Amino acid sequence: MKGRAWIGSALWYMGAIALALWVLAPIYLIGLLAFSPRMAVYRWPRPLLPLEFSLETMRFFVSATGTLAATRNSVVVALLTMMLSLALGAPAGYALARFLFPGREAVRMGILMTRMFPMAILSIPLAVTFIRIGLYDTPWAVALVHTAMALPFVILITASVFVSIPRDLEEAAMTLGCSPLSAFLRISLPLALPGLAAAALFTFVISWNEVFAAAILTLRQRTLPALVITVLNESPLYFRFAGGFFMVAPALVILLIIRRFLFNLWGITSR
Amino acid sequence: MARVRVEGVRKTFGKVIALRDISLTVEDGEFYVLLGPSGCGKTTLLRCIAGLERVDRGRIFIGEREVTGLPPRHRNIAMVFQSYAVFPHMKVYDNIAFGLRMRRIPEMEARRRVARVAAMLQIEDLLDRYPAQLSGGQRQRVAVARALVMQPDVLLMDEPLSNLDALLRLHARAELKRLHQETGMTIIYVTHDQVEAMSLGDRIAVMREGEIVQVDTPMRIYEAPATVFVGSFIGNPPMNFLHGVVEEGKDGWFFALEGHRLPLPPLREVSPGQSLLLGIRAENIRVDERPHAEALPAEVMVVEPLGAQWLITARIGEQFIKLTLPPGRPVAPGQTLWLSFPIEAVRWMDARSGQAIRELAPAASGSGKAGDSRG
Amino acid sequence: MGKGKAPEWLLPLALLMPAALFLTLFIAIPSVQALWLAFQTPGGSWSLEPFRRMVTDTRFLPALRNTILLIALIIPIQLVMALTMALIAQSRRRGAGFFLYLYAIPLAISELAAGLVWLAIFTERGYLNVILRGLGWIERPIVFLSYERPLGILLAVVVAEVWRATAIVMVTLVAGLQMILGEYWEAAEVFGANLLQKIRYVVLPLLRPSLQAALIIRTLFAFQTFAVVVALGGGVLPVLASEAYTWYVGANNPHVAAAYSLVILALSAVATGFYLYVLRVRPEEMGR
Repeated sequence: MKGRAWIGSALWYMGAIALALWVLAPIYLIGLLAFSPRMAVYRWPRPLLPLEFSLETMRFFVSATGTLAATRNSVVVALLTMMLSLALGAPAGYALARFLFPGREAVRMGILMTRMFPMAILSIPLAVTFIRIGLYDTPWAVALVHTAMALPFVILITASVFVSIPRDLEEAAMTLGCSPLSAFLRISLPLALPGLAAAALFTFVISWNEVFAAAILTLRQRTLPALVITVLNESPLYFRFAGGFFMVAPALVILLIIRRFLFNLWGITSR
Repeated sequence: MARVRVEGVRKTFGKVIALRDISLTVEDGEFYVLLGPSGCGKTTLLRCIAGLERVDRGRIFIGEREVTGLPPRHRNIAMVFQSYAVFPHMKVYDNIAFGLRMRRIPEMEARRRVARVAAMLQIEDLLDRYPAQLSGGQRQRVAVARALVMQPDVLLMDEPLSNLDALLRLHARAELKRLHQETGMTIIYVTHDQVEAMSLGDRIAVMREGEIVQVDTPMRIYEAPATVFVGSFIGNPPMNFLHGVVEEGKDGWFFALEGHRLPLPPLREVSPGQSLLLGIRAENIRVDERPHAEALPAEVMVVEPLGAQWLITARIGEQFIKLTLPPGRPVAPGQTLWLSFPIEAVRWMDARSGQAIRELAPAASGSGKAGDSRG
Repeated sequence: MGKGKAPEWLLPLALLMPAALFLTLFIAIPSVQALWLAFQTPGGSWSLEPFRRMVTDTRFLPALRNTILLIALIIPIQLVMALTMALIAQSRRRGAGFFLYLYAIPLAISELAAGLVWLAIFTERGYLNVILRGLGWIERPIVFLSYERPLGILLAVVVAEVWRATAIVMVTLVAGLQMILGEYWEAAEVFGANLLQKIRYVVLPLLRPSLQAALIIRTLFAFQTFAVVVALGGGVLPVLASEAYTWYVGANNPHVAAAYSLVILALSAVATGFYLYVLRVRPEEMGR
């Protein structure tokens, strides 16, 4: 009967590893291409192992017209989005987590409903408006739309962060002489900080990855994805692959940093 | 129904040893209780018998069949979980019939069997409801019914009463005892509640840190604990243990306790200078208001009137002792009481090992059967 | 505990207000504007012209068909894979937590990047052909992505989206599974259910709220599929979102683009309602 358990274990690990390879292999392959010489893309057959390491492809991508400016724009937009969504979303999340007030469920539902509105329906009319008021083709324009997209997530995440901090702690602080504000600042906020930081990084990734609104709302001040998608059809293959890797890498690093919060974050956003 | 045999079962979680080579035998039709504080391994042992945990080594038999490597569904067991695990998306009827359906028992027969256990547990009126519409006590009955209907070789119960409130628990306890008497089923029951263990078990296995310390009938466990741990874990108040030393006098050895001399029965493996514990249950202490020979003076510290009896905390020298008195006797803190310990009610323990010391005289009623799992 | 006196609800209101105003300004108003735009001519007069142009465009029906086809192909595969991943990651075997993290990695990858990653695999001299040749199955590379074969592009998009977005579904299911996998799973095991029966009779019914959430969020995003299609197919394979983009950027016509975005919104609303209805859970079925 021992054999049966052994087979179960073996099947489990085989399945688990097969799925892991399915996830990891494509990332390996794009990394491999990004660090091969440019012409390796056109070689047949292309090697599957990192035999000829070269920075040529990446250097070409980075020094291509607009790449650096677009990267800077992407970072600026993502930082603006991060700050805006946190500044607007954290208080709202705190309110949902800590207070019972009439219409709380309606507010919750309203926040969830916003998810139904596609990017297209926000960015196309906003592009028209932004042209009129002179905001078009600026990092602010993109950041505002990205904030509209990320805000519902940030509210729900911060609400769950604050729910996880027992109300008792704040109340204990108040019996020990804190005002409600100082109880929040001295007790809840420090405890919430790691969760809030993770939420902020999550917003960064959302903004860094977004392409539709960025492409619609900019012309010269492109973000990185907007730049890549607009020049896609005219650019050589190795440019596209280097661009793909260049966009994946920072997101992976951020994911590594917030991995501890991963499941709370994404788990809660879908509830 | 069948007997259950566990042979040298070891289970580790990472570096933590949860079960240290446990062996035990549960007789056919026996109500066998695994009792111990949280973290002692009792639930792990139950889960190993259920097949929910795989053992590192050792063997498990149900009836004459070895089930060590079998998954739970091939062991012909049933289990009542601590949280009941009554499926919330199924009506009561479907919950009870679940196991029968998995075994492809014809719907006609399943209906008959469900009806019978439902009647036995008085939940016939609830069959059409969802678990969320039931009270805690009703849900517990559904969980028991779901297990009983399987007519398993052995019924495993993991603290099934711990989620009920005090009054309901009392009721459900008596109910479980009645069910066992009616069905004659082999039951292995895990609890940390010594009162539950005493009231339900044919035998109790007291566990501590992954080992079985003592297996015995409830009364033997209560009267003759095999170790200091068992004595202080079972009984409310716990058994008193007074610390003293064996000394040699003119007419043999005696027990020196806080400057007093108590006679010592002939004990095995005891020598002068050895530290001993005198174990005695609160209700066995003789209490007098006036001094007499062999009585020790004790100063009353706290008096707790508990209704049926009064619980007294008193001090002999530097040591504290709990005793019970019938209500109405005038006792007040500061007063001196004279205590004596009937020799036949005393349980002697080695202070270093915490193990009971056996008496030499065969006359003393058969102490010594400390449990079939040790050694 | 809040008692409902004036100052009690004033504070939460004040805290919620900025976010509410922002969402109104940047979601509610643009949505109304989109409605306006879609029913106006470039000249500014009311008309059904944008819708007429959209519907009569030769790419409209293919775009609609492709979008729905992609959803119908991608989501069932994702559901099965995500459930498998979630069950693996939530089992008590050694290494389960590590696999959970690995499976979640694509969460950080954008649609565009995923498209480019799979372009590296599906191009003529890409890795798929390299592997097929290594296996000795082909001599000359196969052209998977070409103008003549939109089906090839469609399948490539399916693969890329399954690769990228299964993680979102998995993470949602993991949250729901945590509750079920304890004693419910074990109870089913004790009462004789095998693996498939456990999934069929216990996990799936109890997972309905999580499944509902995962399906809604995945379908809503899938209606907006855009960059991955562009990356893998250029303009060969029209979908609704890419048509909205093209009408705005290429044809400089926000009116038809807005009409497209309204179609996406309408489909999203219908899909959400459908899932809410089909996977509805009566409250008495879920309480413990």
